[in-house]
Amino acid sequence: MSTRVYVPADAAARALGADSVAEAIANLDLDIDIVRTGSRGLYWLETLVEMDSDQGRLGFGPVPAAAVPFLFEAGLPDADHELCLGLVSDIPELAVQERHTTARCGVIDPLSLDEYRRYGGFQGLEKARQLRPQDIVEQIQQSGLRGRGGGAFPTGIKWQTVLNAEADRKYVVCNADEGDSGTFIDRLIMESDPMMLIEGMCIAALAVGADTGYIYIRSGYPQAIATMRRALELATTAGYLEDLQLEVREAAGVYICGEETALLESLEGKRGMVRYRPPLPALEGLFGQPTLVNNVLSLAAVPAILADGADQYAAMGQERSRGTLTVQLAGNVKRGGLYEVPFGTSLRELVDSLGGGTLSGRPVRAVQAGGPLGAYIPPALFDTPLDYEAFKAIDAMLGHGGLVVFDDQIDLGEMARFAMSFCAEESCGKCTPCRIGSVRGVEVIDRIRAGEQAEDNRILLKDLCDTMIDGSLCALGGMAPYPVLSIMKHFPEEL
Amino acid sequence: MNEQQYQAVIDTHPDMEGPLLPLLHRFQHEFGHIPPDAVPIIARALNLSRAEVHGVISFYRDFTDTPADKPIVKLCQAEACQATGARLLKEHASQQDEVAIESVYCLGLCACGPAMAFDGELYARVTPALFDELTRK
Repeated sequence: MSTRVYVPADAAARALGADSVAEAIANLDLDIDIVRTGSRGLYWLETLVEMDSDQGRLGFGPVPAAAVPFLFEAGLPDADHELCLGLVSDIPELAVQERHTTARCGVIDPLSLDEYRRYGGFQGLEKARQLRPQDIVEQIQQSGLRGRGGGAFPTGIKWQTVLNAEADRKYVVCNADEGDSGTFIDRLIMESDPMMLIEGMCIAALAVGADTGYIYIRSGYPQAIATMRRALELATTAGYLEDLQLEVREAAGVYICGEETALLESLEGKRGMVRYRPPLPALEGLFGQPTLVNNVLSLAAVPAILADGADQYAAMGQERSRGTLTVQLAGNVKRGGLYEVPFGTSLRELVDSLGGGTLSGRPVRAVQAGGPLGAYIPPALFDTPLDYEAFKAIDAMLGHGGLVVFDDQIDLGEMARFAMSFCAEESCGKCTPCRIGSVRGVEVIDRIRAGEQAEDNRILLKDLCDTMIDGSLCALGGMAPYPVLSIMKHFPEEL
Repeated sequence: MNEQQYQAVIDTHPDMEGPLLPLLHRFQHEFGHIPPDAVPIIARALNLSRAEVHGVISFYRDFTDTPADKPIVKLCQAEACQATGARLLKEHASQQDEVAIESVYCLGLCACGPAMAFDGELYARVTPALFDELTRK
């Protein structure tokens, strides 16, 4: 049997040259079976080439295409090769992780049903099929899973609401409109382990009684769209989708459509304008029917909860934040990538120890957590544990676990202005505090930075932020002030 | 002539719930933009008003009513890429006349910025030199 060599093929690995590496290996004319995986998310090591050995998978990296002849100079490379990283499972930044949701990412061929099953796939669905809908929902409630898209709303309660709603027709919708800067886990999952998302949606549909589902993926992720569509075809052919009609829908390049009610409008074929609540989407969602809207990662966590039991999931984490968080370490950081860790790990451990500080080698100035609507956190607060409530206590948001690192070259006053101008650019325009407040926010920040009545304008800016927080219809206008306020509070010399 | 082409796209579009966005994507793909004279035909086919269709086209960035006159380079200008020099890259890129620079907010390559999309491919850790090399081909 020929030796299996694994080369990642997620969009990031390919953007870093993985395709030319695979091609160079194929051109060597060796007895090698090249398997294109997704990615483990260890992006500083991409292209991370892996090879089967008696002890497990050996890793080599980062391998540029030009180094391929050198890597295979003596035939198959071994552990003594200069580029060898040892066993992949022993790479320190991976060894400390608790990979549950992302256990298969970068390990399997994303479009192989056999491999998915061999690594535990579809066990959750099999269990769910033997349970009553109410029992499935209770499993999710007991697991303590909270919405991983950023809102952190208890997933089980949402499921219960949809289950209780009486209707002829119900929908499950996966929100894969991952538009926040600093996040890539939805993309990574869809490109590396798409069957897990399909399985999660099948279980969700069984639990709430839905027969139709949509996966709404942002158009900026063409590879994720293609992989999910192909995975759906394969799962359908294999008979896994007999009770659920599932379809991938491509979004159309608008940030606000990641807000769940705007997403539903968009799926209906309308402008992505945010809806008033109530009614909750769980009761009157897509086409007016009860609709379960969950983020990719929330749904991806479901199969393991069913397969291994809610207790095992709930045993990880701390306080009211249970299970693991898939931290996405991004921006100016030495070892940026995916870190799936239990809740409770400190920010310092992630940024300084695992991430290795900044890529530029300069001191860390701030970390923005939770996307463009999240607070900038100064190093003095880096002992804060990853925990929804602990972050709230420092006026920050853990959200989806996206962490963007900045070094001391960053102009934070400019970043505060950017937060407001981003909100102005992306506002759907339905409510006044967001539509007009964000434009005024940019103007006031410009005046402060120009030194025009700076003190008076600071008071005005805080007042404006309060109005936006309290008066906006959705999280865009309601949270865009948080990065601004955090910069005013923690970095007063900048704004 | 055009009308027949538009009708052919509509006729081969599968039946589905909420068909407008998928149909507009097909038009954008087929014609490089959504031709204004296709709007009434789309509206009639889906039993919508022209205003509704126009409203949707103008809301979404992916839909344009004129074809692009230059190849488009999408440069990510979101926070994570800003942290690794996306603003300087854009300043550099703007000096190039051969391509149109479009700022986008996140391409999902946040751990290896600055990121850019060009000619159907994604590129990570883009330096000004790499930008020149890619766009001058």
